[in-house]
Amino acid sequence: MSQNIRMLEREPKIRKHDFEQISFGYSKEEMLIEARRCLQCKKPMCCVGCPVEVDIPKFIKFLSDDKPQEAIKILRENNSLPAVCGRVCPQETQCEKFCILYKQNASICIGNLERYAADSTSKIHNSFFNISSIKKNGLKIAVVGSGPAGLTCGGDLLRMGYDVTIYESLHDSGGVLRYGIPEFRLPKKILDIEINILKKSGMKINLNTFIGRTKTIRDLFNEGYKSIFIAVGAGLPIFPNIPGENLNHVYSASEFLVRINLMHAYDFPIYDTPVYKGKNVVVIGGGNTAMDSARTSIRLGAKTVKLIYRRTEDEMPSRKEEKKHAKEEGVEFIVLTSPVRFIGDVKRFVKAVECVKMESNGHSNFGVKNSLKKIDGSNHIIETDMVILALGLHPNPVLSSLTNNLNIDTRGYLIVDNNYMTSIPGIFAGGDIVGGSTVIEAIGMGKKAAKAIVEYIKKTNRYMQKTKF
Amino acid sequence: MYKIVSKEKIGPNIQSYEIFAPEIAKNAQPGQFIMFRINDNAERVPLTIAHTNYQKGLVKIIFQETGKSTKQLASLSEGDYIQDFVGPLGRPTEIKKYGTIVVVVGGVGVAEALPIIKAFKKIGNKIITIVGVKSKNLIILENELKKESDLLFFATNDGTYGVKGLVTDILEKIINKEEIDMFYIIGPVLMMQAVAKFTKEKHIYTLASLNPIMLDGTGMCGACRVTIDNKIKFACVDGPEFDAHLVNWEELISRLNSFKNLEEISMNKFEQKQECKCHRT
Repeated sequence: MSQNIRMLEREPKIRKHDFEQISFGYSKEEMLIEARRCLQCKKPMCCVGCPVEVDIPKFIKFLSDDKPQEAIKILRENNSLPAVCGRVCPQETQCEKFCILYKQNASICIGNLERYAADSTSKIHNSFFNISSIKKNGLKIAVVGSGPAGLTCGGDLLRMGYDVTIYESLHDSGGVLRYGIPEFRLPKKILDIEINILKKSGMKINLNTFIGRTKTIRDLFNEGYKSIFIAVGAGLPIFPNIPGENLNHVYSASEFLVRINLMHAYDFPIYDTPVYKGKNVVVIGGGNTAMDSARTSIRLGAKTVKLIYRRTEDEMPSRKEEKKHAKEEGVEFIVLTSPVRFIGDVKRFVKAVECVKMESNGHSNFGVKNSLKKIDGSNHIIETDMVILALGLHPNPVLSSLTNNLNIDTRGYLIVDNNYMTSIPGIFAGGDIVGGSTVIEAIGMGKKAAKAIVEYIKKTNRYMQKTKF
Repeated sequence: MYKIVSKEKIGPNIQSYEIFAPEIAKNAQPGQFIMFRINDNAERVPLTIAHTNYQKGLVKIIFQETGKSTKQLASLSEGDYIQDFVGPLGRPTEIKKYGTIVVVVGGVGVAEALPIIKAFKKIGNKIITIVGVKSKNLIILENELKKESDLLFFATNDGTYGVKGLVTDILEKIINKEEIDMFYIIGPVLMMQAVAKFTKEKHIYTLASLNPIMLDGTGMCGACRVTIDNKIKFACVDGPEFDAHLVNWEELISRLNSFKNLEEISMNKFEQKQECKCHRT
């Protein structure tokens, strides 16, 4: 079997100076070669690996016949965000891992093909979502949060005829896709296209509405919503709880990325929001957010970017591709190292990080990471003028604390049952606020919750009809 | 889009706006704030809510032109629109009966303190208000303050009104005359720090409304983190009010200066642009 064809990537030394995408996507010829490699398995395992149940062979078949406008219909049947998924899904651990060609190291590049289908039809997308063909049932559903979980759940419900309104606390929609993921991984105009398709299909998005504060959950029920889906995302960034973590120019990755992605601080002073452009940046963490922060720092002109992670490189939660890209662009990985304190100058601006080397006590088992210990006497200083902490997030407590009977677990995540219903009947939740951590998990939960919401509404309607008589 | 329904200049470089935002007007409580963003290129800026009119759906904000964004906001006219206006954010002030409350305010903090003073007064607290400003002409809302306060004192740096000196000079005098149960402070950070130091020595409970740099204002980024009793708190969702004796003031002051150079660049650029406009007309 021939090797797969991946999208060509731009030279690291060129791309690291701009915010353009790493790859401009397949040419038509490349797409055709790759799509025609698909064996069209009778029992396609790739679909099993897809959390959003896309009919993968079918959309690839249309592509191999050079019919992207048909391929995108298949994709959008099950997924409101194909252009997003084609870029940020970890296909290597999902669909592509289950591809029959995986063993020969020649999996079909499903993600690249998905992206092609979405991008090549982005200008004609309006014709796809035939609004008049949707039979509207007039039932109102509120979605809280316009990130991947909310858009997916709302999109699915829209397709099933529901009247969907999304409430967003920020001034723009998209959640983490807008404020978290950098332009070079997911261009904002691609996100805008996806969201506009949903809006044209009837989805209402109310910005600047912080549910819990601007309106309460009770207000929403009073306004006639039959069910509510809470997808407010994570929230509070985690700080390491070591001395100096509040020095100036020590940022959470969320703050740094919000400044850049949502507020366009890289274009200061054309945009008002400032950001400090570090010369010797230290990023702490090993996830995708750490990679995004490091690679963004490179693009802002940092001379050096060191990424410090307490475990080994293999144990980093980041996607392989992100690690590869970061290294190519000049990010230096310092592993088995942990910060113990940040050191400031007289004006309380950070000037160094004191670190300690770590060693592991053995091999990591599946799912359980091995324990680490500090190596005595290994303390050393790394000079820096900017630190970005990418250590994960705690769930935002605002909505749960302001809503009676909305139960949370000990860590603050909303408790949901197998159908993503919270402790309050009719209120469902998904995404990071129930403990998810990736875009694709959020999308998967949004889909499942949409189904559960439909079932719930059917059941309560039946009940109400019965009780009427 | 949020309409500026009324605009009134109530002091030198001090503006009072009423914004049409019925949902915020309906749910806002004393001590809460909004964030505004003037247009697509603008930053998100927090402002404490000065007053709400539920029937008319109006939210009043009072601000001094100190930086680029407030100057730009002041350049708008009645009938203009602000692109984004979100709130009410932050925890409301816990309104309960303490007995005698001394409210210490600096500058435009008066506007922010008024709804809190009213609420405290309404449930039977005795209110002593101490206002500190640079000069007499910067005093705003004096009549409202008079109406809501049992005792009202002014301190001006130049002695043009009330006592010449600082709010702490007045505190020194009244502390021996009055039985004080609680202090509430709002205003410039250096003033709040000085008052907190004073009341800590007297062991009287003091609540301060903090004003760190904010970015999203909804608990997402940690820009506004402050150290309270050696623990990180987010002013936007855990605050903005905290026990003033547990605040790490030095840290707050230094963090407020994080972007000073850049803020100046932004302001100079804005002012140059404004000048050009004048030359043209």
